Amino acid sequence: MRLAGFYAFAAAVALLPALFPDNYFVVVIGASAGLNVILAVGLNLLMGYAGQISLGHAAFFGVGAYASAILTTRFGWPSLLALAAGLLAAGLLAWGFARPILRLRGHYLAMATLGFGVIAHVVMVQATHWTGGPDGLAGIPPLNVLGWRVEGDLQWYGVIMAAMLLAVWLSLNLVDSQVGRALRAVHGSEFAAQMMGVDTARAKTQAFVVSALFAAFAGSLFAHQQAFVSPDSFNLAVSVELVTMVVLGGLASTFGAVCGAIALTLLQQGLVVFEDYEMLVHGALLMAVMIFMPQGLFVGLTQAVRRLGSALVGSKPPAAA
Amino acid sequence: MPSEISSAPAPPAAGGDRLLEVIGLSSQYGPVRAIHQIDLGVSAGELVAIVGGNGAGKTTLLHTLSGLQPASAGRISFDGQDITRWPPHRIVAAGICQVLEGRQVFAPLTVEDNLRLGGYRQRRDSAWLGQQQERVYTLFPILAERRRQLAGTLSGGQQQMLAIGRALLGRPRLLLLDEPSMGLAPLLVEEIFRVIVELNGRGVTILLVEQNARAALAIAGRGYILETGRIAKTAPAAELLADDDVRRAYLGY
Repeated sequence: MRLAGFYAFAAAVALLPALFPDNYFVVVIGASAGLNVILAVGLNLLMGYAGQISLGHAAFFGVGAYASAILTTRFGWPSLLALAAGLLAAGLLAWGFARPILRLRGHYLAMATLGFGVIAHVVMVQATHWTGGPDGLAGIPPLNVLGWRVEGDLQWYGVIMAAMLLAVWLSLNLVDSQVGRALRAVHGSEFAAQMMGVDTARAKTQAFVVSALFAAFAGSLFAHQQAFVSPDSFNLAVSVELVTMVVLGGLASTFGAVCGAIALTLLQQGLVVFEDYEMLVHGALLMAVMIFMPQGLFVGLTQAVRRLGSALVGSKPPAAA
Repeated sequence: MPSEISSAPAPPAAGGDRLLEVIGLSSQYGPVRAIHQIDLGVSAGELVAIVGGNGAGKTTLLHTLSGLQPASAGRISFDGQDITRWPPHRIVAAGICQVLEGRQVFAPLTVEDNLRLGGYRQRRDSAWLGQQQERVYTLFPILAERRRQLAGTLSGGQQQMLAIGRALLGRPRLLLLDEPSMGLAPLLVEEIFRVIVELNGRGVTILLVEQNARAALAIAGRGYILETGRIAKTAPAAELLADDDVRRAYLGY
């Protein structure tokens, strides 16, 4: 019952390509939305639950992507092994970075993570020998899962959706565990959390590492799916976009992050028609959502649907749970 | 009441009979000295009150005891162990649980989740946690009624009950209470103090910090008067209540 929403979501994801066969929009944009969902759900664990901001999250996305790209193209590693190495690298990097940086709060933490993201981007651009520099790395072989080579849009849709559902499921379970409650306690009041016996430094570090792992996982898949990586996919703008997804969907809600990621992916596709005015409309929409639905799209839309439902039925709205 | 609130049994303390022994404790915020050369002791089973006015250093003292604020000098020993430099989570694990000033319940979490968090250190002992949670609900029936409600929607008095109940799930051997009467209506203050006495009667050792000197000294066995960061006076609570200086300064008659 607790996971009812999850099963409904999984069913919808599975049915979509059947309802719209051979639809480029569904499988390609869907896959891209799926990767964004993994990133946003991971970042939400850090931002929404532990209450720590990261303005450099694209760096971990990049670490996963470049690990897969470099290890498979330059060293001929099998793709799953490269993916594992990417996770390990991102996890270690996050862990080493978390201790000093998570002592900071608020704006200072934002600045430090911003700096981290910028440095990571500079490395991707400058370490030409490894990363190919601004031109990027091409010719990344397809993902090979125990002999099955993932090829074609539909197969990729399947793989990314499976990965996305795994990420959502992990997040839902994590949030509802003692560790998840400890994170929310840290968010609420660090003193009070400490008085519960929560090692807050450790809890924050764990949240940082886990969200970096989510990002690196998405990065590896992204590298194989695109068969090409370049620094542009992991710059500051991407980090800010990820934060936007989490805030837009609604902080401290896994499905909020899902909503935010899907909404922003669709928005970017839909706004292409505005050409030069794309960013203008983009910004205006975000402002409107923040003003009229400050709790985010997920809660805002759920309440709107509820109100609509109760207006149609003519009964009293149920008490908010 | 079906069963006792169980605090972990206090074993005989090594080297002295004090559960908590504080010697020459000082703490400062930058150059500003908040508490200075505090000597204090609490034996197992006692209810000890620390009273003092605004800015006397009461909260700083409690925060230093529980590791939230570093000590600049002195020594804190708990059950014979030197805990002066321990991080807060270790001190909690050792059995010192603090109810913070202003309650600090986790507003977006339910009453039940708040209690579960209180038992964070005991999470491997789910049988004990379940029993203790029921005991807290028996102690505060209103919390049982509202177990699915978000803590932020509770009234001030209910939040204070939740904060105390949450600390009880940490299996305290010493419960530190910081201004439990703050911002509560007189009737609720009475209710909270009744519960404090009840808990102490069931064997929970309590160090109570209060601005409401009269109420605190009325239920405590011993008391300390804290003035500008120093212990000005210590005596059995009844003596303090009868003391002319204390009456003039803190009791207002």
